[in-house]
Amino acid sequence: MATIVDAPAGAKSPSRRRSGPEQAGKAFNRLAATCVTLFALIWLVPFLWALITSLRPNEEIAAHPTTPWSNNWNFDAYKFAWNSSPLGWWYVNSFIISTLTVIFTVVVCSMAAFALAHLQFRGKYVVFGLILAGLMVPIEALVLPQFLEFRALNLLGTYWAIIFPSIALPVAVFVFHSFIKAIPVALIEAARLDGAGWWRIYYQIAMPLSRPAISAVAILTFITSWNAFLWPLLVLTQTKSQTIPVGLSSLIGGAAIQYAETMASAVLGILPLLAVFLVLQRQIAQGVANTGIK
Amino acid sequence: MTATTLPAAPSGVDIKARPAVARRAPRGENRAGWLFATPFLALYIAFLIGPVLIGLVISLFNTTTVKAGVGDWVGLSNYADVLSNGDFWASMWHSVLFTLLTTPLLVLLPLMFAIFASRISRNQWFFRLAFFAPYVVPSAAVCLIFAFMYTPETGLITNAFSWVGLSAPNFFGTTSGAWFAVVLLTVWWTFGFNFILYTAAIQEISEEVYEAALIDGASPWQQIRMITIPLLRPTMGLVLILQVLSSLKVFDQIYILLAGGPAYSTRPVIQYIFDTGFSAYRGGYAAAATMVYFVVLVVISAGWFLARRRSPANA
Repeated sequence: MATIVDAPAGAKSPSRRRSGPEQAGKAFNRLAATCVTLFALIWLVPFLWALITSLRPNEEIAAHPTTPWSNNWNFDAYKFAWNSSPLGWWYVNSFIISTLTVIFTVVVCSMAAFALAHLQFRGKYVVFGLILAGLMVPIEALVLPQFLEFRALNLLGTYWAIIFPSIALPVAVFVFHSFIKAIPVALIEAARLDGAGWWRIYYQIAMPLSRPAISAVAILTFITSWNAFLWPLLVLTQTKSQTIPVGLSSLIGGAAIQYAETMASAVLGILPLLAVFLVLQRQIAQGVANTGIK
Repeated sequence: MTATTLPAAPSGVDIKARPAVARRAPRGENRAGWLFATPFLALYIAFLIGPVLIGLVISLFNTTTVKAGVGDWVGLSNYADVLSNGDFWASMWHSVLFTLLTTPLLVLLPLMFAIFASRISRNQWFFRLAFFAPYVVPSAAVCLIFAFMYTPETGLITNAFSWVGLSAPNFFGTTSGAWFAVVLLTVWWTFGFNFILYTAAIQEISEEVYEAALIDGASPWQQIRMITIPLLRPTMGLVLILQVLSSLKVFDQIYILLAGGPAYSTRPVIQYIFDTGFSAYRGGYAAAATMVYFVVLVVISAGWFLARRRSPANA
């Protein structure tokens, strides 16, 4: 972060005389560019292939499976996919679950982080250690006891069964903590002297100043929650109450000849998050970098 | 970062930096602290600590998942059954094998391409798009697309083999073909996450270091070997541990694409727990398997955590 000089590679290099390494450098950079671009293009193939297939008629796919061209582009497969499975419900379920999870995670984790960063209370270090230990708990491995717990609570089949276990996220607390900790104590003391309560300091000072943390946690929680598979598979057993990933997984190994319809469903399943990603590319990458490096 | 955008503290009041730890908490602040932390702690204890304790208790009973109640006390016999069960160890081995197959590819390939991409000043958005977009795709959609591309005779990947003069393995019928299929899918799907971590770390390296090296006549390859890679070592450690932990927790791809087949020869631990707990309804037994697996994962992450704290290089 300190000093990133955005010089175009080799443009204003201090050594004009030593053209040897510089020449080699340019050749190397060109080679690297070709290599990585080629690789990136290959990476896009599955997307394009799904898209192309979904727009071709099935007879044509069966006759010429590897031709990326059609004489009869059409959207029939999308109409069929939309009508033959409750995709609309899956969208609604995924959207409600992910949105609620994001809201609760951001509020609950930032409140805990605020307390740890700026409030003195008895047992604070025990709480801190507990959350730190939570970083190591692999929640995905615990689906069986989790299932028994939610059955005992009578919450199976509800949105809450998906939302509750995702809210208390130790990583999110640490992301918020590192931002809220950076707020000068003097600012908070001043607000206290002006008679502001802790709640006001939290939502009028701490929250507005940790916007990058909010967006990082919100975006990553949304992606994780939208793509969660195993737990929703166990909890939401009614076809109409399923989320996008669980619903889509039931289409695999279905009618083998409906290539276009299957790919159309896959494209429809990809679309919402891909749209979010295209709009928020930079923030998402920043968010991953922030949470990963800690 | 945030500090620079702050409005100046109102003057006129003498605010000294206070020693944060030494001060005794006033009663109001003590209560406020607990109130702020309570929602998190309640959910944390109920749904993170809770399942661990429930798993521990259930593993000592012959609970079935079809009816409520814990069943009868059986002591440690579930553990004895799990540890002497060949299917359990086979599924453990499948998760480890998957980790061994994916980790080197997902630690080194993204590193290489992040370094290559960093030597180009323009079009960074394109690499981010191509590599990271798969990461936001749900596992089921990835599996639908790859299952179609793996279709015998007509699939794109099956045909790509014959274009270069090879014959494609049977992706769904043979164990080695199935591993190939699921590893390729996983590399495509999760490559971008590690790529972004490396890219962020490379951007932190000061440009001046490279300029100095260029003056000294270092070739690009020497720059990468002597500057970039040594400075990225902490990031490589982080990527490695995150990758090992997430690979050991594999479930989605193998379950959706292969259902653990052919003939359970790729079934990972989580699917084993899933099968014994939810298809065979042996809750107590599956809980014991859960606890064994849980301990393995915790030991690995705790080990890494302690090693990192002790080594001065990454402090």
